[in-house]
Amino acid sequence: MKSAVERKKTLRKMLSTYQLYLFILPTVVYYLIFHYAPLYGIQLAFKDFVAVDGIWGSPWVGFKHFKLFFSSHYFWELIRNTLGISVYALIAGFPIPIIFALMLNEVSTRRYKKLVQTVAYAPHFISTVVMVGMLYIFLHPNYGIVNSIVKFLGHQAIDFLNRPEYFKHLYVWSGIWQNTGWNSVIYFAVLSNIDAEQHEAAIIDGATRLQRIWYINIPVLLPTAVIMLILSAGGIMSVGFEKVYLMQTSLNLSSSEVISTYVYKVGLQGARYSFTTAIGLFESVINFILLVIVNVIARRLSTTSLW
Amino acid sequence: MKRSRDDIIFETINTTLVTIFFILVLYPLVFVLSASISDPTLVSQGKVVLLPKGINFDGYRRVLEYPDIWLGYRNTIFYAIIGTILSLMLTLTAAYPLSRKDFIGKNIFVIFFTITMFFSGGLIPTYMVIKSLGIRNTIWAQIIPGAVSFMNIVVVRTFYQTSIPDSLQEAAAIDGCSIFRLFLTIILPLAKPIIAVMGLFYGVAQWNSYFKALIYISDRKLFPLQLILREILIINQIDMNMLMTEGELEVIHKRVEIATLLKYAVIVVSTLPVIAAYPFLQKYFVKGIMVGAIKG
Repeated sequence: MKSAVERKKTLRKMLSTYQLYLFILPTVVYYLIFHYAPLYGIQLAFKDFVAVDGIWGSPWVGFKHFKLFFSSHYFWELIRNTLGISVYALIAGFPIPIIFALMLNEVSTRRYKKLVQTVAYAPHFISTVVMVGMLYIFLHPNYGIVNSIVKFLGHQAIDFLNRPEYFKHLYVWSGIWQNTGWNSVIYFAVLSNIDAEQHEAAIIDGATRLQRIWYINIPVLLPTAVIMLILSAGGIMSVGFEKVYLMQTSLNLSSSEVISTYVYKVGLQGARYSFTTAIGLFESVINFILLVIVNVIARRLSTTSLW
Repeated sequence: MKRSRDDIIFETINTTLVTIFFILVLYPLVFVLSASISDPTLVSQGKVVLLPKGINFDGYRRVLEYPDIWLGYRNTIFYAIIGTILSLMLTLTAAYPLSRKDFIGKNIFVIFFTITMFFSGGLIPTYMVIKSLGIRNTIWAQIIPGAVSFMNIVVVRTFYQTSIPDSLQEAAAIDGCSIFRLFLTIILPLAKPIIAVMGLFYGVAQWNSYFKALIYISDRKLFPLQLILREILIINQIDMNMLMTEGELEVIHKRVEIATLLKYAVIVVSTLPVIAAYPFLQKYFVKGIMVGAIKG
């Protein structure tokens, strides 16, 4: 236990720096309203929301909404689509920026390296709406450039966006086009921090370029890569709403409906607040569990982990 | 020498692969630009491959004459400016106490913010908060939600800690300078690089966002540019009467061509501000990420 004198001292110190608390106060208030107040609303998942009674006054119904969701016929389709897209995006999207950084790092002409970097970052700044808009234009069955090529090769035009079997690939590879450069920034930064002496010593020992990449560059990138992997694993259940929603057409829904788009449609457009709050809660609980699991695995296998 | 021959092979293969990647990234961007100033008939026939053909600025003229685009443009500029100022004020001030060693209770605040990164109320509870505050369908619904991100606060805090010497702050304190004055006259001027980074981060995010407007804003007069773009590019909801003269309207084939031309031009026009800011963006964004990632 702290003595009274010590406590007084702390209090006096706090008073003398009271302005610091005023600095942080607006942001704390912001977080209370826009991050903590919604947490209070989570209880809706266990209630039947009645507008006139408010969140607090609505009657408890236990796990009713969860049971309804788990037993519904679209449950497995939503899970399959959500996991399918995010696992695919992770497996394809995670290693490519690392490979790109490693390769670009080996380019010896400085100006070319800079040029490639500049162009590679650019797509990151294109908005989701424009990105998906470009997909629609390029893939248009009659007027799109992609189908010009398909037709030139003697095939029938393909209506890519309306065909469910193409959805995942389009989603994942357009994402890779847009973000590989940007996601490689961090790896590039780590590589540029490697001590040049390490490479010089390796050259004297007769190591080839590939050996130097394998034994020096890749091990240096590993801790950063592990952190990035853990963080993405924590988001595996939440496929970004923004892009999926824009890419949805009535014909590709069987492979494009994911949890977040479903929550939006049924919850907001259909005004089933309690039911979709339950689904949202289910999603974040699974995300959190995945984050913890991957973190535990990472701690066992390497020395890097989030906590 | 054997090694140098291996190196040459390696270098050749590596440069070739990097160049292929470079072309893959660059090509769609160049194509959009070329198509936006080409003859739409040639574009739809697949005759424009890389460089523009039948150069004309018809698409841009039609964009200029499309009032909704300008409405969205004006709204988005407004949202981006006000939103960025608000975000900067909250981020820069909140990061300062967290950077100081004499700030008692620092850990409590850090935990308070971190929790929200792992647990969130989700779409519906957040929507209900916005609704009950009475800011749904007002400009504030576009500006306030998502105004601060704790990641950015951490980056700014790290910048304060590593780039502003403690001795300077101590000297000012000994001279009897209040914390407010210290912040305004010493910290902020020294923090210009990170203010630029954060301003650009928040500004671009606000420029490109459509989700907040989609769920909170139903009044067309308040639509940001991205929602108008969604109508044109995704839903294909284009008011042809605004675009064409009576003679043109009768030819269906022409309608599709002009709609497509409008799409190319509007992509360029809407992405232009971000591209124009891009030389700064690249320099500062990369720096911003590195401060946060490596030191943070």
